[in-house]
Amino acid sequence: MQASLRGHAHKYGKNVDTDVIIPGKYCNIIDIAELGKHAMEGLDPEYTSRMKPGDVIVADSNFGCGSSREVAPIAIKGSGTSAVIAKSFARIFYRNALNIGLPIFESPEAVDAVESGDELEIEPAGGVIRNLTKNETYTAAAFPPFMQSLIDAGGLQPYVERRLAEKA
Amino acid sequence: MPMTLTEKILARHAALDAVEPGQIINAKVDLVLANELSAAVAIGVMRQMKGADRVFDREKIALVEDHFVPAKDAQSAKIAKLMKDFAIEQNIKHFFDVGRGGIEHVVLPEEGLVAPGELIVGGDSHTCTYGAFGAFATGMGSTDIAAAFVLGEVWLKIPASIKLIYSGKPGEMVFAKDIMLKTVGTLGIDGATYRAIEYHGTTVDELSITGRITMANMAIEAGAKNGIFHADAKTIAYVTERTDRDFIVEKADPDARYERKIEIDIGSLEPQVACPHTPDNVHSISEVTRDEILVDQVFIGSCTNGYIEDLRIVAKILDGKKIDSRLRVIVNPGSQKVWMQAAEEGVLGKLAAAGCVVNTPGCGACFGGHMGTLGDGERCISTTNRNYVGRMGSPKAEVYLASPATCAVSALTGRITDPRVEAAVTA
Repeated sequence: MQASLRGHAHKYGKNVDTDVIIPGKYCNIIDIAELGKHAMEGLDPEYTSRMKPGDVIVADSNFGCGSSREVAPIAIKGSGTSAVIAKSFARIFYRNALNIGLPIFESPEAVDAVESGDELEIEPAGGVIRNLTKNETYTAAAFPPFMQSLIDAGGLQPYVERRLAEKA
Repeated sequence: MPMTLTEKILARHAALDAVEPGQIINAKVDLVLANELSAAVAIGVMRQMKGADRVFDREKIALVEDHFVPAKDAQSAKIAKLMKDFAIEQNIKHFFDVGRGGIEHVVLPEEGLVAPGELIVGGDSHTCTYGAFGAFATGMGSTDIAAAFVLGEVWLKIPASIKLIYSGKPGEMVFAKDIMLKTVGTLGIDGATYRAIEYHGTTVDELSITGRITMANMAIEAGAKNGIFHADAKTIAYVTERTDRDFIVEKADPDARYERKIEIDIGSLEPQVACPHTPDNVHSISEVTRDEILVDQVFIGSCTNGYIEDLRIVAKILDGKKIDSRLRVIVNPGSQKVWMQAAEEGVLGKLAAAGCVVNTPGCGACFGGHMGTLGDGERCISTTNRNYVGRMGSPKAEVYLASPATCAVSALTGRITDPRVEAAVTA
């Protein structure tokens, strides 16, 4: 059972692209903590100095559009951000986030209601998002069954190891 | 069951008779691509996987050093070396270092590594470029690429397809880039998310292979999983000149189901420009040039427009002239082969004489990596594919996307200029 996630919301608009999540000049960095120092820098240079570990990025539709750089979700995770809630995610970012273990939630309802600074608590298992500041509760869309089975198995790595064992 | 082109290719690679949108499949891959950025992360992931000591097939992996090369600093050199060492350790057949490769998406087709009906995944979002050859090709992140390295298969959700039907003959100074910018503007940057784009119509039948490459390349700019053309005689001629490998030319069934069909008439299309800061902020050139938009840099190159056909267009416009004294023009031939051909044809000499700098092939300037990075307050018109905030450097810079012809004419005047205006060219 995944632990609940808790922190304050930082709200952004639609089409937050990977170029602003982690600008190209940092894409030769592999170290997670170092990448984390530059999370969201292209859009909000103060993000990493303002945020506290556990905080949540809340954004409109098509979060993570653009390049396939896996360092984008890695940088967000490395910054100490606990989750991203958006109305929708771009395809490659969605896969990458799940693969590297960054919790993401699709919830138009939460995005419309939450304001920057609201304190949120998320139960990943049920996709329940509680707004402690406004005393409201929202629901995130369930993952498709195949994605949920990958998440339950602990991500893509155990899946690959099992497939390798089957093939051996 | 009738199937689209994408569905047919995916069904065959999953050994299924039929597939439908939304279905999850496990598909065999014909080629896995990575560059030094995606490979550096993927190799790290692979090292952590139990039992994953070797890649599935040393001949079905392509590794291309292209983003931060020649290394811009010690950190870039470190990741370039990491991939090179891996290529040697795994005895990877298709490894391309500086001087023998170039931009991955320019190099792979040139080297005969892409053929119709194949399934290709790559650690770069512009992997969708290979749809130009009737292949299913899509970009993925490094963990998925690590899985493909060792398994030779990937899980995929079958995308619903959008059929784009183009008609009409492109007018003067209207190119594939203009057609695709118009398409991205029409669909929007998330208009094809999780979807396959299938290109149809008399206009695209007449396009060159390079033109189709430009269009397939930017499918991701509408959020698409892949963008695909049917292979025809031109495709087959291009591919068989470069490989003797067998391949299967698939065709969409006449009664295949499409989520949407969109007809786009090109007959009256003007040259198009994507204005800051999204690739779908597309306007006709006559609208854009109503204001005087001065530029500091013109960039010619990238996996979208770094081909010999593109450089010839630019050289023809700049031949015997000088670029405006207030700006710089940076040209990146897409690959070593393009560079050599351009040199042989005298294209590079004409560009240099006009005042352009000709760089080594690579991705650097396009993504704000190096060799053409923009500063605060600078404005660039570029043949590349993205213009998000900070894409080419400073978040306070502006990037306009256009065809090589529009960029070349703008280089002569120093401002965004309609390539159809004769006066601009002869000024």
